[in-house]
Amino acid sequence: MPHRGLVKVCLEEGVFFLTGKDFTNAGAASSSLKGILERLGVRKDIIRRTAIAAFEAEMNVIIYAVAGMMKYRITDTEISVIINDMGHGIPNIELAMTEGYSTAPDYVREMGFGSGMGLPNIRKNTDSLTVDSVVGEGTTMEFVIQLNAVN
Amino acid sequence: MNLGEILNILDADILTCASSLQKTVESAYCADLMSDVLSFSTTKSLLITGLTNVQVIRTAEMAAIELIIFVQGKRPDLRTINLAIEKNIPLFATGLSMFEACGRLYERGLRSQVHIYSQSPFGSCRTGAS
Amino acid sequence: MDLHEIVSSLSLEVTTPELSLTREVTGGYVSDLLSDVMGNSHAGNIWITLQIHLNIIAVASLKELSGIILVNNRKPDADTLKKAVAENIPVMTSSLPTFELVGRLYALGLRCR
Repeated sequence: MPHRGLVKVCLEEGVFFLTGKDFTNAGAASSSLKGILERLGVRKDIIRRTAIAAFEAEMNVIIYAVAGMMKYRITDTEISVIINDMGHGIPNIELAMTEGYSTAPDYVREMGFGSGMGLPNIRKNTDSLTVDSVVGEGTTMEFVIQLNAVN
Repeated sequence: MNLGEILNILDADILTCASSLQKTVESAYCADLMSDVLSFSTTKSLLITGLTNVQVIRTAEMAAIELIIFVQGKRPDLRTINLAIEKNIPLFATGLSMFEACGRLYERGLRSQVHIYSQSPFGSCRTGAS
Repeated sequence: MDLHEIVSSLSLEVTTPELSLTREVTGGYVSDLLSDVMGNSHAGNIWITLQIHLNIIAVASLKELSGIILVNNRKPDADTLKKAVAENIPVMTSSLPTFELVGRLYALGLRCR
């Protein structure tokens, strides 16, 4: 018999498709995810952290990649989000994790993004973050947020 | 400070519905870079910005911003206003500069409360600036 | 009001100690959008921003601004500092967020003009 508490009961899972350079709909996936978390009655501070991390990751795909997917899985203990994209990839992940480091073009900066806060901010708001990238192919990012975290 | 007071202090127009003027905010954040709003702003806050694109509404939605104030006479397009209405985020527009808007609200007692990164960008701590 | 007064009143850190702070500040301008500052700031204004990349110095120099204050603990990199000194644009930093810093400048009597 499995030990109680180790079993992850999946409450909801799904996928959103993301299109590169589609700035009009940028944020729609994160917004839908936020709505799902609200419907499930997840605590507000955890919703905010998840929404911010998902939105930063979604904007990265819109800004840098050709296309991508955001997959989410919500269990009774955690929220996990996987974002993979077809894009240029990140040559130096450690550098990309540095606050203030950015390769964003000027038009992205004038739109209010690309100041090099994205990845550091995703890390700040999540309980675990892994980033795998192949230059010329794309990037996969997975983050997890615990639902029972102390406020 | 409630939204009605803010509307008067900034001599602003309301771009969404007027039903939410009793709502209150506890702090203010001012920036044109949405990445910074997502990194540093706290809840129960208003956002003063010179950007009027749809990403501002998305940012406010994710960061749980209570009110957006557009400065310097800038107005968002209808699509942006409609998204704000859909997400229940009130929008104000003032002809004042960003400097004047911040100054007047500060003068009336509003303050910022922000997340500031400590030495390591990953080891964050909450700092109330006052 | 001169830069000296602002630096000491708000406990700003001066990152360009080579440059003189005895210059008149005509007003304040807040923006993180370079195009906005190019279009709307006035000569002698002090510019409050969280942008740290090299281009801020070029903008400040072209618009004859009296100086730049970086907020939220932002530090200019070596290239930006070098250019600031070459273009004679004092760069100061503060740990305060924009709203808070501007509020204090306003309280000192500085306005946007």
